[in-house]
Amino acid sequence: MTALLGALIGRLPIGWLQLIHSKTRLAAAMAGVAFANILVLVQLGIMGSLNNSILISYGLLDADIMISAENANTLTEGDNVARQRMFQALAVPGVQSAMPFYVATADWQRPDGDTTAFTTFGIDPERGDFLSDDLAPFAPRLRLRDSAVIDRGARGIDPETLAAIGPDNPMRFEVSGLTLTAVDTLVGGGGFAGDGYMLVSDQTFHRIFPNRSTGAPDHILIKIAADADPAAVLAALQAQFDGTGLRVRGLEDAALEDQAYQTTERPTGLIFGFGVVIGVLVGIVIVYQILSTDVADHLAEYATFKAMGYGQSMFLGIVLEQAVILGILGFIPGIIVSWLLYEMLGAMTGLPVELTLVTTAAVFAGTIIACLVSGAIATRRLAAADPADLF
Amino acid sequence: MDAPVKDSLPAVAEAPPIRVTGLNHFFGDGEARKQALFDVDLTVRPGSLTVLMGPSGSGKTTVLTLMGCLRDVQDGSVELLGHELNGAREADLVLYRRRLGFIFQAHNLHGSLTARQNVMMGLQVHGHKDEALQRKAAAHLLAALGLGDRLDYLPGNLSGGQKQRVAVARALVGNPAIVFADEPTAALDKESGMTVVRMLKQMGRERGTTTMMVTHDNRILELADRIVTMEDGRIVKDTAP
Repeated sequence: MTALLGALIGRLPIGWLQLIHSKTRLAAAMAGVAFANILVLVQLGIMGSLNNSILISYGLLDADIMISAENANTLTEGDNVARQRMFQALAVPGVQSAMPFYVATADWQRPDGDTTAFTTFGIDPERGDFLSDDLAPFAPRLRLRDSAVIDRGARGIDPETLAAIGPDNPMRFEVSGLTLTAVDTLVGGGGFAGDGYMLVSDQTFHRIFPNRSTGAPDHILIKIAADADPAAVLAALQAQFDGTGLRVRGLEDAALEDQAYQTTERPTGLIFGFGVVIGVLVGIVIVYQILSTDVADHLAEYATFKAMGYGQSMFLGIVLEQAVILGILGFIPGIIVSWLLYEMLGAMTGLPVELTLVTTAAVFAGTIIACLVSGAIATRRLAAADPADLF
Repeated sequence: MDAPVKDSLPAVAEAPPIRVTGLNHFFGDGEARKQALFDVDLTVRPGSLTVLMGPSGSGKTTVLTLMGCLRDVQDGSVELLGHELNGAREADLVLYRRRLGFIFQAHNLHGSLTARQNVMMGLQVHGHKDEALQRKAAAHLLAALGLGDRLDYLPGNLSGGQKQRVAVARALVGNPAIVFADEPTAALDKESGMTVVRMLKQMGRERGTTTMMVTHDNRILELADRIVTMEDGRIVKDTAP
């Protein structure tokens, strides 16, 4: 290793030799860098789970355009859209089909006394094509009154019970005084708005929520004809509904706007964002402390080198060498522990906490940059001082 | 990472290795400002061994560090191998330092490097890239100092005398024009102390190396070509034994 580094750098790898000279100090420095990584990664993981959970809800649908009320910042928030708007939309050239889409939260009072909040989607069972490919086959089976497909990942329900549900083994449960039959399970997952998803027909939806009117869905989903220009159709729809207090957006844009809203305007999102910022700042401070302490500990030795005629670039080289080595050595335990924490967090909360390659790469790059900048700052003290004052 | 090495300084013909004129030096700022050196003049012959003596606080180490480019010259003139240090740029000071060898009171070896690697640092500063040659040169010099069986020891595993001899090897390996030594024998027993000083003296004879040494050690005086005594920041006595 020493020979390899020496060949790589073209001089004795002093930074490396310094690091391995004191094993306890190296372990402490590695632990510090790893801790900084874990701090940032966990905060990013929580933030990411919010983003993921939002994307998941939109991912259950398959549509090109969504018409919503102006104040519908999320799927479940905001006013309704008059059903007649759907017929107006259908008259716009290029619109192939449309479906009223109902969303609300249904609480299941479980036998154990607790509640599972299902984010309930009410859809037309004849229009399975407005559901994702995974969910589409369920649509015809919802025709039977009070049938439901519930989330396999729903919080608070015994996973084995959920896994056992199937066509041959339906589960009956009661919501708002109505006995529903779960005929199958879907893969959704708990989010911050609900504990899991439930899919029912529009008829069943109105039996669960009798005060909701069939004339006022939450959103209207639209599919564009294959031969039409999506941008033109979107523009035509936007022109059609201009001044009606409705938002006409592509489904993907709606998901992104929802994400932006929840992460920058909702308290939960703001707190998570703060967590990330604080995590990054604390991480930088830790890394800086480690490297500046190391420079301080070796100041007399560097001063000797300076007296011998070595220039500032050589000290910068040593410290940057250490910075990169520490950044790499600390990142390895950091990413492993973070991954374990992600798994734990995901299992405990049912949230979609996911360690992505992009996050990993970004945190690694950030670590190396923080190490390099800290190292560069830490050596400035050496540049300014007379060697004689440092012995 | 090393800067391109410009090791050859323009030679200034007939210049003495060290010429100090009207040197004053101050420590501290404002109210606490205290003058440490008063109008010091000193010119040193090439190849000589000069000993600086005096009680502690007399300013001898200050003079040594000023001459050795380890401190900025504030007032007066210090010429090193014909180059004025007062007002010199840091980049030039770095070049001047490469012509010098330092032996400090505390050995100041790098604790993470072996004896051999410490000595190699004295060669790498000149931009030598051939590691095998450096290893050989370092081993040769250490063997000459009686440390042939301690090449790959870390300083922590060497005795005080052995460490000081490694420091001597590190100072001499680059073939310096001037060696500055600050109490080099303080940490040594009589025998090793004399060995070190005899070696420096021999270098002076063979290679024309000039040596400037601060010491309290009376045993060394008989080997000196010149003894300069300082008190309270002034030169009070200048004798050749």
